[in-house]
Amino acid sequence: MSFRDLLEQTFWFFSNNKVRSGLTMLGIVVGIGSVIVMISVGEGAQASIQDRIQAIGSNLIIVMPGASRSGGFFSGGRGSAQTLTQADADAISSQISGVQVAPELDTRKQVTAKGTNTNTQIIGTVPTYTDVRNVSIDSGSFITDNENKSSSKVAVLGPSARDDLFGTGAGAVGQEVRIGSAVFKVIGITQSKGGSGFNNPDDAIYIPLSTMQHFLMGGSYVSSIGVSAPSQDAMASVQQQITDLLLQRHKISNPALADFSIMNQNDIISTASSVTKTLTELLASIAGISLLVGGIGIMNMMLTTVTERTREIGLRKSVGAKKSDISLQFLSESVMLTFLGGAIGIVLDGIVSIIIANVIGMPTAISLISVIAVFAVSALIGIVFGYYPARRAANLSPIVALRYE
Amino acid sequence: MIECIEITKKYVSGDTETVALAGVSFSINEDEFVAIIGPSGSGKSTLMHILGALDIPTSGQFLLEGQDVADLDDDELADLRNRKIGFVFQSFNLLPRANVIRNVTLPLLYSKVPPGRREELAREALVKTGLGEDSFNKRSNQLSGGQQQRVAIARALVTNPSLILADEPTGNLDSKTEKVVMQTFQQMHSEGRTIVLITHEAEIAAYAQRVITMRDGRLVDDRLNGDAGKTGKPSQDTVATAEAEKEMSA
Repeated sequence: MSFRDLLEQTFWFFSNNKVRSGLTMLGIVVGIGSVIVMISVGEGAQASIQDRIQAIGSNLIIVMPGASRSGGFFSGGRGSAQTLTQADADAISSQISGVQVAPELDTRKQVTAKGTNTNTQIIGTVPTYTDVRNVSIDSGSFITDNENKSSSKVAVLGPSARDDLFGTGAGAVGQEVRIGSAVFKVIGITQSKGGSGFNNPDDAIYIPLSTMQHFLMGGSYVSSIGVSAPSQDAMASVQQQITDLLLQRHKISNPALADFSIMNQNDIISTASSVTKTLTELLASIAGISLLVGGIGIMNMMLTTVTERTREIGLRKSVGAKKSDISLQFLSESVMLTFLGGAIGIVLDGIVSIIIANVIGMPTAISLISVIAVFAVSALIGIVFGYYPARRAANLSPIVALRYE
Repeated sequence: MIECIEITKKYVSGDTETVALAGVSFSINEDEFVAIIGPSGSGKSTLMHILGALDIPTSGQFLLEGQDVADLDDDELADLRNRKIGFVFQSFNLLPRANVIRNVTLPLLYSKVPPGRREELAREALVKTGLGEDSFNKRSNQLSGGQQQRVAIARALVTNPSLILADEPTGNLDSKTEKVVMQTFQQMHSEGRTIVLITHEAEIAAYAQRVITMRDGRLVDDRLNGDAGKTGKPSQDTVATAEAEKEMSA
């Protein structure tokens, strides 16, 4: 029997047993569909987390103050100390080649403008911040060196802060905002980085670092130093150089007692990725169980079919069907069922993903690999669960099969 | 054409051994129309399975066109059935949801006939059985019993086999369609095909040229039917003999 004949016979059988084939296929559709939905939700979550982390900077290394140890047993929280200074930032910038350095000093303040007000993050920083932290300007300009040197009262608003103060999408450049007791002139609006909720990078106001130190916070310390390594490969060595430099500058001989800590973007990405990967695997394996149930459904239907079609099998054998013809016929039916089920599952999954992305706002991603894998898996399920019924059919004796009532 | 030498067939189930055939020898020449007659349990169905290469004898030899079927494996037996033997069954055994053409082309699926020629061959075979062309695209379960059996005969003919084996082909038919079907067999015979017909009815056997009678797994009678097979009428001779035998055994 040729391959074409085999397909033709299979489709003929399906078209004569639409309801049953359809219901059996449904088991596979649901199984396959849920596996890919879970995988695509997981991959989507992973991609969005990576995007968010990428958005905080390029090859970013963040130096933060460590716990303050002012002699004695008590230790302040990590990041609370005032051990990092502008001078540390300048030293990193001048002594480590190829890096860009953006120290920053953050606080939260109530900000008002023409009767509206909001509580937002104020970031005092320097012009290099745009490169180090991947910030782009939407309108106006970012802080310049001159403004920083002269402690100008200028402010660059994040889009969320702008929306809160001046209304969504309003042109705010040239307007004034009051931060604490000082009045700042708005000189620019940054482009949205996306993100929402607690740690929204768009809900921020950038002012010159020196202005921050003079008018809002006092002192010359900084709350963190962002360092952008020249390439991803250089990150480890840059991180080591910063550690050595700061240990030396802070006169600390034992690295375990360092009064600062260094985070690097790669570590954050890999930690976050491994979490989402585990979640994806968990979701997919739960969905895999429904696929298994679907496969058992296929086997059940095929066994029923073999019993029901015993006389047909006997007839086919008596007119010259070989064992292999019979077993191929039944295998082809089960593989075709799972294959079609897989295809429908993928199509349904596409629709569900679009719904998820639009309604829940959760990004999903269907990768080519997962589609190919699904087809392979569904064909495999067809073979595995169709093999036993097919073999049973092929081994029927033609005489017994013909006599079967 | 067919040569059976001391064929026995035993079935073992548990401790009991059933002897279905206890040493049967005969031969059938090309172009013969032979009826094998006997009551149920006489071993005629078992004999038919062996003649149809569906089963292999426990001992003895069955030669089909000089080939000992015991030497063939499963696939070769399937191939032999496909090329040389056409079956006609009592219960027709058509695929109920398939149309007439699909039913008749079924054996060609397992042959080397290219797909393009199959329908043509099926139509030729159907025309020979006298089934009206308007039925060719009907589903087989929409046809009458007589029409169904003619479709089944066309299916047996479509591979152009040298041997047609019919097992009670008129068992499910009324006497009028029975006559039509038997005349179809006679016509096939007159076209030079070997036909072996299994029946328990003397009236049906009377259409054949030669009648082999079986009882208890043995061949008890083998005689020619005189003028039967030419006139299209049962030979009175055979009917009388069969009835006489019935009375004797009663």
